[in-house]
Amino acid sequence: MPEITYLEAIRQALWQEMKRDERVFLLGEDIGRYGGAFGLTHGMLDEFGEERVLETPISEATIVATAIGAALLGMRPVAELMFMDFVLLSLDQLANQAAKMHFMFGGRATVPMVVRMPGGSGSGAASQHSQSLESVLMQFPGLIVINPSTPYDAKGLMLSAIRNPNPVCFVEHKVLYKMKGEVPEGDYTIPIGVAEIKRPGRDITVVANNVMVIKALNVAEKLSKEGIEVEVVDPRTMLPLDTETILQSVARTGRLLVVHEACQTGGWAGEVIASVVGSPIFDYIDAPVRRLGGKDIPIPYNRILEKAAVPQEADIEQEIRASVEGRI
Amino acid sequence: MSKDKGKGSEKDIGSHKLFDKRVKQLKMSDDSLIGLYRTMCTVRHFEYMADKLYAAGKVHGTMHLSAGQEAVAAGISLAVQPDDYLINHHRGHGHFIAKGADINLMMAEFLGKDAGYNHGRGGSMHIADFQSNNLGANGIVGGGIPQAVGVGLALKMQKRKEICVCIFGDGAANEGVFHEAMNMVALWKLPVLYICENNKYGMSMDVDRAVAKLPIAQRADAYGIPWACVDGNDVVEVYDAMKTAVEHIRSGKGPYFVEAITYRYFGHSKSDRNLYRPKEEIEDWKQNRDPIMRFTKHLLQSEIIDEGQAQEINAQAEQVIIKAVEFAEASPEPDVSTLMEYVYA
Ligand SMILES: Cc1ncc(C[n+]2csc(CCOP(=O)(O)OP(=O)(O)O)c2C)c(N)n1
Ligand SMILES: [Mg+2]
Repeated sequence: MPEITYLEAIRQALWQEMKRDERVFLLGEDIGRYGGAFGLTHGMLDEFGEERVLETPISEATIVATAIGAALLGMRPVAELMFMDFVLLSLDQLANQAAKMHFMFGGRATVPMVVRMPGGSGSGAASQHSQSLESVLMQFPGLIVINPSTPYDAKGLMLSAIRNPNPVCFVEHKVLYKMKGEVPEGDYTIPIGVAEIKRPGRDITVVANNVMVIKALNVAEKLSKEGIEVEVVDPRTMLPLDTETILQSVARTGRLLVVHEACQTGGWAGEVIASVVGSPIFDYIDAPVRRLGGKDIPIPYNRILEKAAVPQEADIEQEIRASVEGRI
Repeated sequence: MSKDKGKGSEKDIGSHKLFDKRVKQLKMSDDSLIGLYRTMCTVRHFEYMADKLYAAGKVHGTMHLSAGQEAVAAGISLAVQPDDYLINHHRGHGHFIAKGADINLMMAEFLGKDAGYNHGRGGSMHIADFQSNNLGANGIVGGGIPQAVGVGLALKMQKRKEICVCIFGDGAANEGVFHEAMNMVALWKLPVLYICENNKYGMSMDVDRAVAKLPIAQRADAYGIPWACVDGNDVVEVYDAMKTAVEHIRSGKGPYFVEAITYRYFGHSKSDRNLYRPKEEIEDWKQNRDPIMRFTKHLLQSEIIDEGQAQEINAQAEQVIIKAVEFAEASPEPDVSTLMEYVYA
């Protein structure tokens, strides 16, 4: 299987789906000649032309609203928000409009659209270009929130996202863009709402999303040499969240740590933990459940502070050790 | 009331007669002209130094450089008072320098140091100096435009004489809040000077493809706001327009809108390969329309300064920047133990 980057995997999905389905089109800022701020749509203007690769003015609310309108008429728009932070400028359209339509109109309307948005810190882009807002988006029933951690998942989930009849927020992480992994060239989909055990282990369940999956896997590898076997569960879709897979994992390991880059307070770790401790699985828990989120602060510009603001491998390792060694 | 000179009738570029006439009309002193020149040189050196530091791997974050656009920043600063308020956008170094910011503190912030204006929390895109009524740059395109309504409102409520200058790019004018804000400042006759720095591109999007009807400034008509569109690479023309605008605003007549046509030399930000604009276009602006070159020619021709003085001022400006880098590099990083400072919730 060819190895390609996370960025390339998403691009491949868009490319192939545009070839397969002529209703699919792209819209967003600087996605044409420039190829998008991160180069993800590079070459797509040449291939598909201006009618299907629409460069927009800097108007996030109307970019998303345009996708809604077109989706209502059966098109399959894939909008790009240059940074996830800018979803806040279009949140009325996403949350009050797109998310509600199917329900509010009694099931008579569907809004098949995807909004792509790279989030996360690590590039020195400071407070307004580095947020992880997936927990915020999970507050709107009617929005599907996808958040892949590998090139393989990214492609398969993007194909599912475009084919899904409902609005999808497709959350990417800028630090993952350059990460390589095996990706089949052909068509395949990954079901929405299904978590994956990225690494099996008997001692502790670590639930993590996007870049934290990679960090957790690195830590798991290291601890395995000491005989600590970490199970890493990647929800892949944040909403609907596959709590079943998580519950089963915790039932086996008896320990739980949830890790995300999003700010800890109000972050989705709380949701996972509530599901676990409120279920019959509670009886199987051997140690206090733990969470490790981003610090509750805006992301700082300075690189030392920026790193300190979000969980690093050393922090994850410390949390795992504390759990398995029975330290509170 | 409105004039549209932005397209810069070609024969005007370099016309010394026009320059002389304007300078006389505006009663500009030699000192103020030399001041403009010094400001522009300082900004230019700051931007080239920033680029150099970035290339040397000394900058972790992003930056947006304004080389080529110096005349707008300088022209504004001469028309306003030091205590007038400034709301800036991401491409803000020039405006801050022209407003009199401490260049050492700017450079320290750019390098993420604790001594910087924002203690290393903000970086290039968020420099602010509240002590000098500089309300800061913004990473959200258009984010400052509606805030100017509030600043203008407070100035009016507090019966103060200061005005609010709000600067943004051609691209920002397409955010919805632009229109909400225009309507409200006009409705409430607020003391706000909106300045659209039209450098022809919003990232890679050229303004002709992004704006349905040009000039952008004519949109002010829809809200009954007087406007002008000027050659933003002619510092005296910029000053002229800003002076008219500021007089209008200070006399209590409400907001004013000026669009300044200019051009940026560097890519949009750190990762830009300039694929969206022809090399010849960049070269044309650099060779034939450079704001510093044009202004220097006039200063020499009018014998306001001679060649030697011009070089000396330029060299002094460069020294200021070199000193600022020395200061910034010698400054410590913020301590990790201070991570949670300035966080209240
Ligand atoms: C709300 C928002 N959308 C998009 C961006 C990404 N972005 C940063 S600057 C920029 C172009 C802005 O163009 P313009 O307003 O003309 O200012 P210029 O950079 O040309 O000075 C874009 C698209 C952003 N920072 N904020
Ligand atoms: Mg611009």
